[in-house]
Amino acid sequence: MTTTTRRAPVEGIACPTPLPAHDRVQLGHGSGGKMSANLLRERFLPRFGNRYLDGLGDGALVPVEGMEVVVSTDTFVVSPLEFPGGNIGHLAVHGTVNDLAMMGATPKYLSAGFVLEEGLLFDVLDRVLDAMAECAVACGVQIVTGDTKVVDRGKADGLFVNTTGIGFLSGGFRPSPARARPGDVVLVSGPLGRHGMAIMAVREGLAFDADIESDTASLAPLVESLRLSVGAAVHCLRDATRGGLASALNEIARSSSVGVELSGALPIPPAVEAACEMLGLDPLYVANEGVLVAFVAPEAEAGALAALRAHTPGVAAMRVGRVVERHAGMVVSRTGLGGTRVVDMLPGDQLPRIC
Amino acid sequence: MKYLSEYRDPELARSLVERINRTVTKRWTLMEVCGGQTHTIVKQGIHEVLSDAVEMIHGPGCPVCVTPLEQIDRALHLAARPDVVFTSFGDMLRVPGSECDLLQIKARGGNVSVVYSPLDAVQLALSNPDKEVVFFAVGFETTAPANAMAVWRAKELGIENFSVLVSHVTVPPAMVAILEDPDNRVQGFLAAGHVCTVMGWKEYEPLADKYEVPIVVTGFEPLDILEGIWMAIRQLEDGRHEVENQYVRAVRREGNRPAQELVSKVFQPVDRGWRGIGTIPASGLGLRPELAAFDAERKFGLEGIHAEESPECRAGDVLRGHLKPYECPAFGTSCTPENPLGAPMVSSEGACAAYYNFGRMQAAARA
Repeated sequence: MTTTTRRAPVEGIACPTPLPAHDRVQLGHGSGGKMSANLLRERFLPRFGNRYLDGLGDGALVPVEGMEVVVSTDTFVVSPLEFPGGNIGHLAVHGTVNDLAMMGATPKYLSAGFVLEEGLLFDVLDRVLDAMAECAVACGVQIVTGDTKVVDRGKADGLFVNTTGIGFLSGGFRPSPARARPGDVVLVSGPLGRHGMAIMAVREGLAFDADIESDTASLAPLVESLRLSVGAAVHCLRDATRGGLASALNEIARSSSVGVELSGALPIPPAVEAACEMLGLDPLYVANEGVLVAFVAPEAEAGALAALRAHTPGVAAMRVGRVVERHAGMVVSRTGLGGTRVVDMLPGDQLPRIC
Repeated sequence: MKYLSEYRDPELARSLVERINRTVTKRWTLMEVCGGQTHTIVKQGIHEVLSDAVEMIHGPGCPVCVTPLEQIDRALHLAARPDVVFTSFGDMLRVPGSECDLLQIKARGGNVSVVYSPLDAVQLALSNPDKEVVFFAVGFETTAPANAMAVWRAKELGIENFSVLVSHVTVPPAMVAILEDPDNRVQGFLAAGHVCTVMGWKEYEPLADKYEVPIVVTGFEPLDILEGIWMAIRQLEDGRHEVENQYVRAVRREGNRPAQELVSKVFQPVDRGWRGIGTIPASGLGLRPELAAFDAERKFGLEGIHAEESPECRAGDVLRGHLKPYECPAFGTSCTPENPLGAPMVSSEGACAAYYNFGRMQAAARA
């Protein structure tokens, strides 16, 4: 289960007033950091909690007539709707397909729900739908049901999409965020930070010239190869979307009660690094839409890397760290100097620094 | 990115660490003045690998940390006005005021915008003639020229719906306040490289002389910091106290003259409150009287807003190096990164937040 953020005006202003400090939703609640986690823990789980939801995986594994299927849902809001490397349609299909894949499932069916804003140009809508149709074919999924609603101008950022997906599991392959073990190697499938910085570069009021394209891609073929080559040696899979690699690793460290130790260079493209330097952002927290992190038993490292590298989004796959017993629940990075740095989850959105 | 990777080379960094460890005959106490330097030190674990040779005290050079509560409250008041678009650098948004922060005002409908350049705020004023656009002009001498330029440009264009809430501070008076403190432990300074690109280092020469303290103008990359530390320690070991320049690729003794001239055309020295420290005479910049039309405090009648710091927060003692963050009674209990009492707990690299995380890791490692 995930929550997402959009920007919308709220009526009624009152401050400084003696209000409880946290009486309403803030953008940071959609950041994928601690505020998002608290929102789920304090408001959603107490009401909806059950054995399938409580695992907080990318999807839920549920029994249906003696079979096990995986269900996952995600809502997509992005401004601008079209960006270098893709549009919201690519994200809407890849996002849910990837969430199913991270549960070890083979994606099969999608539903798609649209909130359309009055005034949205058909040209834009057509390009988004074309992207969804192409991606669905490429991912081997069918969009089998859907819904559209139209809202007044100003009530939505052009369009919002929700997709829900159903996928099927194969025997013996059950990656889960709670299955990391000391000794596991931590692999990432490709260069980090491209989606977030591609969006940042074209966002209104912030435009800068950068040769960065979103990495939006289906990760299902990578997972399929992992399953066929090393199978049960894959302990956890996570796509490093909102909150970036740092948040994905923290979630796994906590779910599995293990420590994660990063060491050596990370795969950060020079253009992403330069843009992050300029804006005072840390690429470890920048969103990806086509990068997975895999926790794999050490003896399967070479096989897993070979499986990932057989696909375009995985050609640059590499090991970035290991699972350790100490500092359970935390992610720590060994610096080039031999010092240590705690790579915590951010409280909310990453804020550009003054200095 | 060659200009960066050159100054991050781990081999060279390790050899500098060894050189520092070989040079010291005792453990010295240095202060890095600037928040950007603290950021690098914490991120790279420099304080940890040098812990036998030097104690690094994180200085008051983080504009987020030292902006007084009163100015934050004034910012919150402005941002909540329906006729105001409040613009700010990003990391001011989560700094707690008396009641809330700018992000919470935004959630309640306040129009709060992050800008990367104060000139973007002037542009916003031009394109929103029915709104009052206010820019939160904070920072040290580094951001002063760009902020001065924004005011000057608004004046040239005759823009009436633009104003600035000024909370500028300057480095040398803060260093004097630290050195004059009877409990001062700082034996040498890494001066803030970017401040010196604007101001040069002439103004530090009398300080090094009078207080017999080495001052090394230092950059921000790992190799810069390590070299700056090494230069300061060599002075201490030799019994010298001079101003030296490590950041030669960016800083000249005279600084940037046109930038200095622009700053003095727009701003003048004023007494300024520092969060947690109190008022330091002539330690800030305020708008010159002839530019009062751009002064948000005057325009919106904010002089009446006063604030009392939480007595629980000992940020001032932390910023002066008297107290390690973990020695503060509120540390990790009533003050955490999610609910900070004071600004050093806000940024993940702020002194309190940095120790909070590091301490958590050590506790987890022991468990």
